[in-house]
Amino acid sequence: MIHTFVAYVENKPGVLNRVSSLFRRRAYNIESLAVGPAHLPGISRMTIEVEAATEDIAHQIAANLYKLVDVLHVDDLTNRKSVKRALALVKIDTSNPQVRSEIIQIASIFKQAEIVDAAPSSLILEIVGYEDTVERFIRMLEPYRILEMQRTGVVGMLRGSEPVSEGLAALEEQQ
Amino acid sequence: MAKKVKGADVLWDVLIRQGVEVVFGYPGGATLPSYDALHRHRIHHVLVRHEQGAAHMADGFSRATGKVGVAFATSGPGATNLVTGLATAMMDSVPMVAVTGQVNSHLIGSDAFQETDVTGITLPVTKHNFLVTKAQEIMPTLRKAFYIAQSGRPGPVLVDITKDAQAAEIEYEYDDRPIRLSGYRPSYKIDKVELQRALELIEKAERPLILAGHGVIRSGASKILQQFVEFTNTPVAMTLLGLGAFPASHPLNLGMMGMHGEAWVNQAIQEADLLLAFGMRFDDRVTGNLKTYATKARKIHIEIDPSEINKNVKVDVGIVGDLREVLEVLTAQVSAGDHGEWIEHIDEMKGSSAVRDIQSLPDNGHLYAAHVINDLWRYTHGKSVVVTDVGQHQMWEAQYYKHDYLRGLITSGGLGTMGFALPAAIGAKFGRPQDEVWAIAGDGGFQMTACELSTIAQEGIKVNVAIINNGFLGMVRQWQEMFYDKNYSATPMRSPDFVKLADAHGLPGLRVTKRSEMQDAVAWAQAQPQSVVIDFRVEQEDSVYPMVPAGADLHNMIRRPMANPIVETAED
Repeated sequence: MIHTFVAYVENKPGVLNRVSSLFRRRAYNIESLAVGPAHLPGISRMTIEVEAATEDIAHQIAANLYKLVDVLHVDDLTNRKSVKRALALVKIDTSNPQVRSEIIQIASIFKQAEIVDAAPSSLILEIVGYEDTVERFIRMLEPYRILEMQRTGVVGMLRGSEPVSEGLAALEEQQ
Repeated sequence: MAKKVKGADVLWDVLIRQGVEVVFGYPGGATLPSYDALHRHRIHHVLVRHEQGAAHMADGFSRATGKVGVAFATSGPGATNLVTGLATAMMDSVPMVAVTGQVNSHLIGSDAFQETDVTGITLPVTKHNFLVTKAQEIMPTLRKAFYIAQSGRPGPVLVDITKDAQAAEIEYEYDDRPIRLSGYRPSYKIDKVELQRALELIEKAERPLILAGHGVIRSGASKILQQFVEFTNTPVAMTLLGLGAFPASHPLNLGMMGMHGEAWVNQAIQEADLLLAFGMRFDDRVTGNLKTYATKARKIHIEIDPSEINKNVKVDVGIVGDLREVLEVLTAQVSAGDHGEWIEHIDEMKGSSAVRDIQSLPDNGHLYAAHVINDLWRYTHGKSVVVTDVGQHQMWEAQYYKHDYLRGLITSGGLGTMGFALPAAIGAKFGRPQDEVWAIAGDGGFQMTACELSTIAQEGIKVNVAIINNGFLGMVRQWQEMFYDKNYSATPMRSPDFVKLADAHGLPGLRVTKRSEMQDAVAWAQAQPQSVVIDFRVEQEDSVYPMVPAGADLHNMIRRPMANPIVETAED
């Protein structure tokens, strides 16, 4: 089962390496990883999707993350109400006018998709949504000639109805 | 008042303020500023012969005293030579601080002379590490390093300091305010619900067994463990690193568990209805096949590292916390126990094993390693600090040197590092100068770090070195005999004349070939003012029994064959 962890870490050189080295060393398979600044100064926020065969392994992963001195707080979003989003950019060869109109049509079917760049012979489509939406969208484009594609890792957040973790509250207090 | 000093002076000053009196190291280009400042500070530097030795010495010092050992190395090759020692300390949770020099900060990343990504290389083999590029960071970073090394589950911490940071002059004033590390929480509140469940399981158990590990020593839980054991009348099995945490001569101490553990101990684990795992981590050498491990037992695990709970063995109750604190609470609430039948049953199993015991034999003129170690125990009255290497002699030591005293055995358990004994014994001697220290190593392991004899000679310290010389890499040979049709591939080993080698270092050496010479040999070693080297020429193809083959069921042990001529002469 894929578990989604959110980790708050010190925004210092080498921290991403420490986290990824942990996953490599313990043979935990990362499905996706997204990192960016958190709302607290000097702190980065990571969303990590990782395969964990059992709940015990999921606990191991969280416990091992906590063992890293630079990891400040960890939440497991799995089995909790959360919002998760992924993004993809796809550049399609549209030199054929027929293809061009088909692509525009596909983009209009997905309300999360948008044409973000138009050139004489190509279009760049953007999609933001649940990972399976992104997946379905890309599958629709596969019959066409994809020139380039970039997908991001999933980012996630607990919904407001979920109680705020004690650890995160403590972290905010320290700031 | 802040005064102007160099980064190097800050470095030594902080070490001294952390209580450091001795460091083990080897200088080089990137640590020149620090060594230049060394004479201005009251700290003893032991010049090692190889940086691996420095790491093992710091490790041995730490295990012998409970304090933080300190190793020094220069950048590049100096630092990479520390890696084996760091990994050894990491696996066995030994608090240690390693300081390495790094090239000037502006050269980092340029493949400069003797530059290596040391924090990158040591990341998985340290509890934490730091790169320091400014003199101002030296003091706070070293303070954090010492704090991290010895708190929670201890481990090695490496601090990599650039040459320019060591050389720079700064305004310096020591800051002794409490250390704040928001991502590091080494202490835990005891979970009351889990504690209650533990008490219930203990109450109900008819065949309980304690598994005592290194955590007992690390948390200083020996006394409270003994109270718990005696009050509940629960027998205790020891891990290799737990030996000494609970007196071997105590009637409730069953001995060592695991691959080369006592047969009755492993059998008791398989028959127990409750296992109380105290500060141990269910290593594969302890459990054998996990699928058949202690299937009849409920399990309570008390452990400082939450990631160890349910890692290898699924437990019924997991209590995260300092073992001593948890045991204090537990002992205050637990009811007195009896378990007389269970203990009697274990005693019977013990009796049936005794007939196979190599110690029950009369002298047949051969010298067996197990005899050497048993006699060493006898003639040192079990009181010396024994530092072993890795292999057959290590297991015989664990079986036949009965450890009644805390920190009496120092051995590389988790990593199984050959070459550990000699340097770790040097470190132990610096930590416990009043105690008799014996390094026991095989002919293979001894030669891996034999250069440190020169360190011993230069320092003029007293360490007795016992080489258990069987002309083979004994443990590998044993596996080849048992599992690879006696194909002794690359295990026969020729060695130099160890007595002459000792002589070359100006140290007395002795060769022992008969058991009848043992008492005199030990007395001779004790009488020499300098360190000595004794070459024990033991039986070449002896094996350690019992043995649980790797991954086999814990109760399926290979026993010492009864047809063995040694055993035939036993008076049972």
